[in-house]
Amino acid sequence: MADKEKDSKKVSRRKFLVKGGLGTIGVVAIGAYLFRSPIRRQILGVVNSLEAPYLDNIDQPMIWFEVTSDNNILLHSPKMEMGQGTFTGIAQMAAEELSVSMNQIQVVHAASSTGNVDSFATGGSTSISGLWKPLRELSAMLRVMLLKEAALKMNVDVDQISVVDGVISGNGKTLTYSQAAEGVENWEVPDVPVLKDAKDYKYIGQPIARVDLDEKVYGDPIFGMDAEMPDMLYGAVVRPTKIGSIFVSADTKAAEHMPGVVKIVVEDDFVGVVANSMLEAEKAKDAIIVTWDSYDNLNTDAIVKMMTVGNGNSSVIQKNGDSFDDQDEIVTLEFRSPIGAHAQIEPNGVVAFVDGDSATIKISTQVVGLTRKEVAKRLDLDAEKVNVVPTYLGGGFGRRLHTPHAVQAAIMSKAVGKPVKYFFSRKEEFQHDMFRPPTHHVIKGKLNAEGYLEGLEHQFVSGDVATDSALIPNALTNFLGVDVGAIRGGFIQYTAIPNFKAECWHVELPFATSWWRSLGLLANTFAMESFMDEMALKANKNAVDFRLHQIADEPIDIRLKNVIKAAAEKSNYNEEVKDGRAMGFAASIDANTPCAQVAEVSIVDNEIIVHKVIVAMDPGLAVNPDQIRAQCEGCVIMGMSAVLYEQMFVEDGELTPTIYGPYQMALMKNAPKEIDVVLLQGKDTPGAVGEPPLGPIGAAIANAVRRLTGERLTELPLKLSKKA
Amino acid sequence: MEISLTVNGVLKTVDIADENTPLLWVVRDTLDLKGTKFGCGKAACGACTLHVDGEAVRSCSYPVKFAEGKKVTTIEGLGDRENPHPVQQAWIEEIVPQCGYCQPGFMMATAALLNKVPKPTDEDIDKNIINVCRCGTYYRMRKAIHKAAELQAEKVISESKEL
Repeated sequence: MADKEKDSKKVSRRKFLVKGGLGTIGVVAIGAYLFRSPIRRQILGVVNSLEAPYLDNIDQPMIWFEVTSDNNILLHSPKMEMGQGTFTGIAQMAAEELSVSMNQIQVVHAASSTGNVDSFATGGSTSISGLWKPLRELSAMLRVMLLKEAALKMNVDVDQISVVDGVISGNGKTLTYSQAAEGVENWEVPDVPVLKDAKDYKYIGQPIARVDLDEKVYGDPIFGMDAEMPDMLYGAVVRPTKIGSIFVSADTKAAEHMPGVVKIVVEDDFVGVVANSMLEAEKAKDAIIVTWDSYDNLNTDAIVKMMTVGNGNSSVIQKNGDSFDDQDEIVTLEFRSPIGAHAQIEPNGVVAFVDGDSATIKISTQVVGLTRKEVAKRLDLDAEKVNVVPTYLGGGFGRRLHTPHAVQAAIMSKAVGKPVKYFFSRKEEFQHDMFRPPTHHVIKGKLNAEGYLEGLEHQFVSGDVATDSALIPNALTNFLGVDVGAIRGGFIQYTAIPNFKAECWHVELPFATSWWRSLGLLANTFAMESFMDEMALKANKNAVDFRLHQIADEPIDIRLKNVIKAAAEKSNYNEEVKDGRAMGFAASIDANTPCAQVAEVSIVDNEIIVHKVIVAMDPGLAVNPDQIRAQCEGCVIMGMSAVLYEQMFVEDGELTPTIYGPYQMALMKNAPKEIDVVLLQGKDTPGAVGEPPLGPIGAAIANAVRRLTGERLTELPLKLSKKA
Repeated sequence: MEISLTVNGVLKTVDIADENTPLLWVVRDTLDLKGTKFGCGKAACGACTLHVDGEAVRSCSYPVKFAEGKKVTTIEGLGDRENPHPVQQAWIEEIVPQCGYCQPGFMMATAALLNKVPKPTDEDIDKNIINVCRCGTYYRMRKAIHKAAELQAEKVISESKEL
């Protein structure tokens, strides 16, 4: 108990900051310094794919809550809402400890001017797990502070009062939170109170409807693309179509005199045009002739050749026992995955206004802090004077971990002295995506006399994921000797096998690759779990039993076994082909969340049809089980889209295709008609949700195809080579 | 040039330099109705779907001149918080949206489908609902479309009883 108390006193009394009078009477903003996370823990958090801690801004005070005069609570979220349901989960967590009803909490994106800026990002499936402790503690502290003020005002002993839905009662009197807060100038900051016991939860654990439902169903202007500022002009930036283009020079004469053009902006690294309307800006952009220095002859074959195990640098990320020797009877399979696009439907865009020595940036971004830093640096502004105002994201998926367009819009705004809005065309989105890198995997295995693996080795190569990203310094990659994103899912999870090794190779590509939802997990799990299935077949064993037998007995292993058993049970997993359908099984661990899936597949006109997917996942405590189910459903569909249809090519130095359709994605007709999700709780805190279910889907489908046709598909996207 | 069109029941006259300007930008930037989304500009994703005389139209590739004298309905005019359209009601009941960006286009496409096919089969849905959703909400959308059909049928029955 003593230890637990000590541990919970992380919010120090003297660092708690209270501001009053933010415009309206009864408004109280509460901010706090929080949690100086040791850098080592952060590194380990990423490397071991454990849940990363919440990374705060440790230099500035942060505003978390406002108590409004109509007795509601505004919660300023440092995490962005990009569809993953974080706003709903954190509203539940805050309402629980504040003792208010769900409809008394309104979640808004924290602007960087409030100071509540996440110094990392919204990503990595860490929002709920990271905020679990600090947000509930802060909420409980605010409750205690309000109760204390109420007790003083009501002239009642604080032990004699209680609160329900933000209304405080004691000794026959009542007071709302806003009445309690009104006029208070000096707040007494308490120690962190004891948090609610799980058995008393009213909101946590409930399938509460998303808090952003109405805004999204009635078409409210909530996205970056919808943002405006008064007296705003439109910008456009000329982008090259060829890979590796370096700006040489620009002929802007024709564009200068076109209708609506206000200014042409030529910088060292880009050319932009500002006009009165978006269409005028686009037309003028097309009239600018830019000379680029680019690669002309690059094609997909060259990329595939580069991306082959043995090229580049390598690092052993996992090793146990002995390596294979020459006499061993080894099974070797090779797998490949292609370049993948984010293809989020809302294009990247921004409205920027540089006004003297300050700037306002409205943007849908996963990196508020980085956006602020980059704008401040390039325009030589004080970071404190750059207010990044985040909007809802029309899809994130890792694409919005890069926001150089904010800098470009700010430069254009400064040049014209007015706000400038600009966004990408769809072609620019496809050609200037920060792609999921292609991968190549060589997997070797050797069965023992009992038909289990005696040795297993995974060698794989990837382009940049975390390397060379603005978000994670290269020093980290150099220090660890491995790309911390590429290795997600690349580890061997069957650690009861006596001899195993995983080795990650890294090749730098001539175009940018980076974070794509779940990072290395999608391709790595496809390769590893396809191989496991092939070994089970070779050993003449049931694929589920074969896996269970080779998993060790650490806590995470037991949770993995449990999801495997749950998926097998829920699906009535069997290996017979019935009515032209077969099941395929696969499982993975990502960010400490194990997930198993069974795909029920048939083949019609040589096309792979996924009828039904069973998901069993153990994300720990489920703050909102409905939204966890929604993430599982979404990952299954996004994952099947990626493994069955999606692929970028390089032709004559250009990335292609550049439009939906030719960049084929899953549509309504392709989505499984049934997705059953089973949630297990193998630990008492929330874990990662938004990415782990992307792991198993590729291999689950491929393994079902193998059982239907006898063909082992080893390349994504999965295509049948022969008539079934 | 001036173009007159009825938008969400209100007659509007807009002054547009280029009559080939896509209807999407007139709706979003001239009329400030931001619920209709830009996704691709090539009628390939359906985020910009709205109704012209009751037909689902991909407005990013629909010149405004063709809307002269016609009735345009956007997501803002489909229903509102006080009086939701059955499709919006179903979307709320099934908790469909994730990021939400493509959802107005899907809801407009669904509302147009239900006008023609009041009780669509899965096959009808597959054939007619061909927009792109990156979050992968198709599974819930299909359930919501079936539910919307039920809600709309109930509404028709109760309205005819009132008459």
